[in-house]
Formats: sequence, structure tokens, C-alpha cells
Amino acid sequence: MTTAVPPKGTGPLAKREARLAWGLLFPTIFSVAMVIILPLLSIFWISFKPVQLADLRPPIPVVRESVKGKPEAAGDTATIEYRLSNRSQDAIIEGVTLKDEWPVGVTVTGEMPEACEQTGTTFYCDFGTIDPKYNERFRIDVEVGQEYFDWGGDPKDSEPVVTGKADFVLTNAQFTLENFKRVFDGSEFWSVFGVTLAYTVFGTIGAIVVGLFAALLLNHEFRGQGILRGLYLFPYVAPVIAVAFTWVTLFDPTSGSANELLIRMGVTDEGINFFGQKPLALIMVIVFEVWRYFPLSFLFILARLQAIDTDMYEAADMDGASPFQKFWYLSMPMLLGILSVVFLLRFIWTFNKFDDIFLLTGGNAGTRTLTVNVYEQAFAVSNIGAGAAVAVIVFGCLLIFSIFFFKFISREEGL
Amino acid sequence: MKALRQGKLVGPVIGFLWLFVIVTTVAVMMSFITGAAFRPGLIGTLIVGMGLGLAAFKVTNKWALIGGGALATFALMLVGLGPVLTGEGVTFTHKVLTALFVGIGAGWPLGAMLGGHPMGEMNRHEFEGVVISFLTGFGYVFFTAIVIIPFYVMVMTSFKSQQALLQNPLDFTLDLSKGWGLFRSYQELFTDFGFGSYLWTSFFISVVTVFVTLLFSVPGAYAVARLRFKGAAAFSRSILLIYMVPMIVVALPIYIVFSMTGLRNSLFGLILIYPVTTIPVSLYMLQGYFRGLPAEVEEAGLMDGLSRLAVIWKITLPLSLPALASVSLYVFMIAWNEFLLAFMLLDDPSKFTLTRGVASLNSSEVPRQHLMAGAVIATLPIMVLFLGLEKFMTKGLTAGSVKG
Repeated sequence: MTTAVPPKGTGPLAKREARLAWGLLFPTIFSVAMVIILPLLSIFWISFKPVQLADLRPPIPVVRESVKGKPEAAGDTATIEYRLSNRSQDAIIEGVTLKDEWPVGVTVTGEMPEACEQTGTTFYCDFGTIDPKYNERFRIDVEVGQEYFDWGGDPKDSEPVVTGKADFVLTNAQFTLENFKRVFDGSEFWSVFGVTLAYTVFGTIGAIVVGLFAALLLNHEFRGQGILRGLYLFPYVAPVIAVAFTWVTLFDPTSGSANELLIRMGVTDEGINFFGQKPLALIMVIVFEVWRYFPLSFLFILARLQAIDTDMYEAADMDGASPFQKFWYLSMPMLLGILSVVFLLRFIWTFNKFDDIFLLTGGNAGTRTLTVNVYEQAFAVSNIGAGAAVAVIVFGCLLIFSIFFFKFISREEGL
Repeated sequence: MKALRQGKLVGPVIGFLWLFVIVTTVAVMMSFITGAAFRPGLIGTLIVGMGLGLAAFKVTNKWALIGGGALATFALMLVGLGPVLTGEGVTFTHKVLTALFVGIGAGWPLGAMLGGHPMGEMNRHEFEGVVISFLTGFGYVFFTAIVIIPFYVMVMTSFKSQQALLQNPLDFTLDLSKGWGLFRSYQELFTDFGFGSYLWTSFFISVVTVFVTLLFSVPGAYAVARLRFKGAAAFSRSILLIYMVPMIVVALPIYIVFSMTGLRNSLFGLILIYPVTTIPVSLYMLQGYFRGLPAEVEEAGLMDGLSRLAVIWKITLPLSLPALASVSLYVFMIAWNEFLLAFMLLDDPSKFTLTRGVASLNSSEVPRQHLMAGAVIATLPIMVLFLGLEKFMTKGLTAGSVKG
């Protein structure tokens, strides 16, 4: 008799299940790979490329066709003119060819350009390599035969086709360290890094402290609790563009209501440029961050607070604990887990934040963070390569954060 | 510490602090409503606050406290020592209203905070109770003010004319005699700036994003939640990592590729990108919900000969409608509010989304009230949706840690 042993390895059923699972996950994996992972990896490639914003359109040869003279009967002549140009200022274009379909009954009478030939109705030229700023006209005198008028079509129907390949900076083998040198050059990088850290740390802590306060406020049943909870979520739910512009309007140095209010209250004599002067702009941006994101930490903390067992508090009451003691010795330890999760998440998201600062100050007045710097380098200075180099630095910082994330958060929340 | 816990001491201090909160609130509120000058006065606040703080121990009738507070405020205002000092252009009615608001705002809560506590030594519980109720009251006033003021300014500015705004930026009184003329900024946005089409574009893109997201993430979430395969745990972890990728880093290569392929300035391009930014969140939220569903129902379906896909369609999805609603709302909100990609990828005004359209209003040539009207148009639909379906929305926001 043989003894029964549990089967080893994966059986056919398990295999089928796994296949189905990967099949169901495929759309997600594919789309995320294409839109998130691939761009993320390509950032590294781009950061080593000397690429400017203007280089994104690879130079192509441009041709214009025009016909002079209007043939009306067989035997009339006309002139076909092709104007070929390379609009790039510094790039040569290789392998330039031109191909056009002529109507039937058209014969060349004058001189044929060196590079061109006519086979049947096909007109074909091979110009080889053309230089930057190249701009040349080719005139071909032709005679029109009876067949053309019998055909009766419109000669303008066929557009000339040009081909040509320029050396494209993103795909060639030219690499440079110039981008990173530019980014790390001078004291600018460290000031940007410092601003990013200040914004992230204070924005995160502020949002959590304010959110904790709001959560404690709403952690008991009363009439209107639902309304207040909804109201306190407004800053987060409204589009960032709407609230950011509202803040800019509200704190405008000349026509802002906040300044007018402060003047009338006698706090200040003239308008304060809240988003335009050095330390204040950074503080305001942090205040905005706290204002906009306290609802998020408030929601998380409130959800956790409401899940705490009330028995514990009853026991504490019996033991004579005072309200502050209950908060400090019972609620806080229960909240520590969620607080650290929220802290890490918010820390990373604040670090990544671009829209808020971009809309409030455009990164001026000492508020340029790393993410705003990506945009500044790539689009304002038009140096895509330098922008990518900053993006690589951002990505590196995030890798470090996510290691922390997995070390701590997954333990806390069992993710 | 014990010596400080005297009712005689705690009452006036809390009274003063609370009155200061109320007086500042009333001054700001009256300024924003009337456009005239109101400001807190320290001496008056000290007198009325300490008085009310002491009286609240003895006087149990809240109406008496309110009346007393209002009368004292008004009397002090008349001699120029009021808790709220007024400047030029403040009418008599406004003064009466101010005193009344201070009375109500101070008398009632102070009665609730201090009433029933001893004048003499308080024990620790009583003392902390007073402090907590003060902090609670302060919290309600503070949070309500900071949330309401920006939105109030946004809405009211959109109704003003350029001239009125420059004259007195604080004056938000509505000139009701203008009738429909109040909505002039909105009308111009829709006729001259094409906001009708922006509104439609945003709506269209958001709805498509919701559908594509669900189409992709429902099967994925089901696989992670129900099927056993190697790498399931690793997958559900790493999907969270996608949260951590900053959009600006990804947007740069996307911009390059779109410029080269001509997808820039096309809504199709946006529709390619938007769902992918929401699929991971959606998948994560849904798999949490699917795990909570009883597997037995699905197994019964399998026994009866349904295929896996049919099980998802006929059993799992109908059971998870509330979760689908939360996720849809949340995804809709992200797509509707999205700014960065729309800003980078759209230059052609005929294809703008709403957020991109509002961004284009931020120039010195466009008056402020138009910008604010644009902001209101962008905010209103999402707010209506949010208030109407708040339960689903908060669930969506809390479930499965949210994308910022």
C-alpha cells in the first residue's frame, strides 16, 4: 500500500488560475508600463542628452511646388518650380529625395536638374545631403501634349513627397554630463533643495497637526456634524487652480481683500506683498499647503478615532483619568500608526507637489522647489536635458523615501 | 498649577480669550460684509470678556448673558472703548448688529463653557473640561472661517465690476439693482471665452476616464483579491509605489513623445494618459472591497457553471456597486481637477479643458472677476457632486490611502 502524500509543485488548476490572473492584470500592467514606467526610465536617458526645447522637432526638408503659365492647348509650355529648403539653422539632413506624380502628357523640354529624372509620369530627385539653411529653387520647363487635355484632371491633386533624415539628438549616440553640471552649479541647487525640504517638512507636519485638531473636534456626535465635516473637506475637493487663484486674488498686494482688511484694522500701513517677498512667500506657500491638505489627514485620523473601542475610555473614566490624560495616554498611542502612515504619504506627496507652488508664485521669491525646478529648466529656460537631470534627482530622493515607506508603512498597515 | 485652577482666575482668562476670538471674527465678518472698517479693541475686549467670564459662573440664564454682553459692548462702543472699534462709514445699524453678534457669540458659548463650575478651586477634570470646551469652540470658529473666507471671496469677486474692486477690495455687498447684470462675468466667459466648450470637454474627458479606469481596474482588482498566483502580494504592494511617482517627472517624457507624434493638443492624448494615473488608486481601493465580499457566493456561481468573467460581471460587480460609486466619484474628481498635464499638453484654445481654460484667464489683460468666475465654474460642479454624494465621496477619499 502506498501512503498518500500531498501533491508537490503547481498543478494544472493552479497554473490555469495564475494564467487567468495575469491575463486580468495585463491591461493594468501594460498601461502603467507604457505611461509611467517607460517615461520614468527614459528620464535617465534624456538627462544625459544635450537637448533643448527647440530640438524636439527634428528638422525635415520642406518643399513647395508651383506651376507658372497656364497651358490651354496642346503644345503650350509651362514651368514647374520646386523650392526645397532646410529650415534648421545647424542640422544637416541626409538622404533627401523628392517624388512627384505628374499628369500624363507632360514632357520636359528645358534642362533637367542634375539630381532628377523622369520615368513615365513619375518625377524623382535624389538630392543627397542638404546643408543647414539650404534654400534652392528648381525650375523645369515642360511642354503639355494632347493627352493632358484628354485626361482632364487637376494637376494639383498630387503633392510632392520629400523624405530625408536628420540626426536627431534624442536618438543619436551623443551624451553629455553638462546637464548635471548645470544643475549642481553654484549655490542655486542647495537653495532649491533647502526650500524643498522646508516646504515638505513644515507642510506635512502642519497639515497633520491641523488635521488632528479638526478630527478631535468632529469626533463626537452632534447636530450639524455631517455638514461641518463636508465643509472642512472643501479645500481638498475644489480644483487646485480655483483655490490657488483665489488665494492669489485674496492676498494681492494692491487690490487684495486681505491687505485691505489688515490696513483697516491698523495692523499694517501699506499692502504686504504676500507672495512676492522672500521669506514670506515660502511661509504663505506652506500655509496654503496646510490649508489645502489638512482635510486629508483629518479624514484618515477621524476614521481611526471612530474605530477606537469606547470600553477603553470607560475604563479610564473609572480610574479617574482626566480628559487630557485620556487623550495623551489612550488616543495618541492608538493614533500613532495612522499618524506615521499619513506622515510618510503626505511627506512624499508634498515633496512631489508641483501645481500649488507653480500657480501661487511660479517658483519666484524663494519658493522654487525641485519639482518646480524641473519645469523651470525644461520649459522656461528651454533646456529639456537640464530639466530631466533635476527629475532624476527628484526620482533618486523618492527611491530613498519609498524604501522607508516599505520598511515602516507595510508593517503598520499590513499593506 | 493647583493655585492657578481657581474659578475666579480661569473664568476671566477664558472669557477674555474667547471674547478676543469672537471680536476678531465679528470684525472680519462685518468688514467683509459691509466693506467698512472694523477692528478689535483690546481694552473693551478685556472689560467685557472678564466681566462675562465672571458672570458666567453665577448667571445660568443664557439670554441674560447674551443681552448683557451685547449691551455692554454697545455701551462701550458709544464711548469709543468698544471691543470692536469702528472707523468711518459705519452706520448705526451696523454698530447695533456688531454689538448683537458679539453678545450672541460671547454670551452663549461662555455660559456653556463655564456654567456650573465653582468660582473657587476647580479640580483637574473641571479645569481641563473648561480648557477643552474653549479649544473646541475656537476650533469650530477657526476652521469654519478659514474654509469659508476664500470661497466667499471667490464667489463674491466674480459678481463685482472691475471699478468696484479697485475702489474698495473689501466691499462685497451685492448691488442687487443690477439684476442679471451681476452675472456679466459669467456671461462673457461663456460667450467670448468659450467656457461652454471647456465645460463640455472637461466633462467628457472625466467621464471617459472613469469608464476606462473601471474597465481596466475591475479585472485587475479581482485578480489580486481572489485569485492565487505567485507575485500577488508583491504586485499589490508595488501598485502603491505608482502613487509615489511625481507627475512632473513623467510629464516631461510624455511631452517629448507627444510633441514628436503630434498627440499634443489632442484630447485623445489626454485620454491615453488620464486613466493610467487613476488606475492604480482605483485598483487598490477595489481590491480592498472585493476581499471583503463573501467568496462563497462566487463559488456557488462557479459551481453552477459560470465562467470567471461571468462571475465578475453577474455576481461581484452588482455586490460592489457602492464601492464602484465611490471609486467613480473619486476618479471623476481627479480627472476634473487635473491641471498639470492639461497645462503642458494643450495649447490650442479650442481644445482646452476647464482647468486649462481657467489658467489661461490668469493674465493682466483679463480682469480679476473673470478669473474668479472661471474658478467658480470649475468648482461648482465638483462641489454639487460632492455635497450630493458626500457619503460615497468620503468613503472614496478614505478607502485605500488617497492620492494627493
